[in-house]
Amino acid sequence: MCIAIPVKIIEIKGKLGIGEVGGVKRKVSLLLLDEVKVGDYVLLHAGFAISKVKKEEAEELLEMLASLDV
Amino acid sequence: MADIGRKVILMEVCGTHTMAAFRYGIKDLFPPNLHLLSGPGCPVCVTANDYLDKAIAYARKEGVIVATFGDMVKVPGSSSSLAEEASNGAEIRVVYSSLEALKIAQENREKKVIFLGIGFETTAPTVASSILTAGEDKLSNYFVLSGHKIMPPIMRALAQDHELKIDGFICPGHVSTITGSKIYEFLSRDYGIPCVVAGFEPIDILQSIYLILSQIKSGQAKVENEYDRAVTWEGNLKAQALMAEVFKPESSNWRGIGKIEQSGLKIREKYESFDAEKRYPVSIEKSRENPGCICGDILRGLKTPLDCRLFRKVCHPSHPVGACMVSAEGTCAAYYKYSSA
Repeated sequence: MCIAIPVKIIEIKGKLGIGEVGGVKRKVSLLLLDEVKVGDYVLLHAGFAISKVKKEEAEELLEMLASLDV
Repeated sequence: MADIGRKVILMEVCGTHTMAAFRYGIKDLFPPNLHLLSGPGCPVCVTANDYLDKAIAYARKEGVIVATFGDMVKVPGSSSSLAEEASNGAEIRVVYSSLEALKIAQENREKKVIFLGIGFETTAPTVASSILTAGEDKLSNYFVLSGHKIMPPIMRALAQDHELKIDGFICPGHVSTITGSKIYEFLSRDYGIPCVVAGFEPIDILQSIYLILSQIKSGQAKVENEYDRAVTWEGNLKAQALMAEVFKPESSNWRGIGKIEQSGLKIREKYESFDAEKRYPVSIEKSRENPGCICGDILRGLKTPLDCRLFRKVCHPSHPVGACMVSAEGTCAAYYKYSSA
């Protein structure tokens, strides 16, 4: 149940962001995390950004997953 | 492992780790003296029947919508389940986020929306946030039935368990994004147990096991953070503050384990207008569990599903007897899916 996925924030309006992963877009509440900028990677859990993820590592991970074609 | 030369028992305390360890075949790589136990890390599994019975009692009321995370729907309570109530006409809505439950409340002002707040420190701040938002929006028909639980007290109970003798904890990665890795310090300091916060890729789990074994080999016990791409020592301070604003610790009932002091989260008096139990109390039958089900011993790591006489016979995913078979992260569900024994 504690599943969280890294998403890239592509848009922010107030305390609501739009996160994107693999072409899928989701609303992301930013109420639990300050100082999120467009382009940041965050962990998305139950509709909320709960933590920032280091950009290089998130990109590396997503590239690796894409190359697996899963 | 050969250098350590004795039986080593590690425990992962996160349902997502349970599934990952099975899915990637990690357990099959172990030498015979290394054992990985699954602990009470699946919130649905550790939710006791009295909570489910209350949820079912709400579902039976006229003018009530019960909003819940999907895994809860099929868990059997003492004499029914939310799925059964839905087939009898109760209004049960599966949501992915507490914010969706808020939206349902906004769109159905004439009804009471009861959100089943379960989950550990990862999820509790999101529900706290929904209560604060409901307050700001002056929403008077949104209520939370809080069954939230926190990890440190149950991990202390496991560390003190003489039957278990845990040599190392693989600590939950996403709980730690909120709490920080500092919450495990007492386990290494007071009980001499190495703790490593782990991510969820196969390499993360293997690396954490390596780090724990290295500590054991060198006679150390400390907290290490393998998941440093998302977890810090201090954690998410804002989320911690929101959680503390809305909830306070209280004793809580864990399925098959019983009451553990200060291990649950209760809604503070300040926010009791959103507390389902305070605003809208229900009476329930005396809760009971199937006597053949050994979920409790499985959640404590004392037994595996293979020790259960119900497993695969009367208990399977389409007819679960215990919660550990229902949740996608339950130990019994993992064994059912991945173990051929």
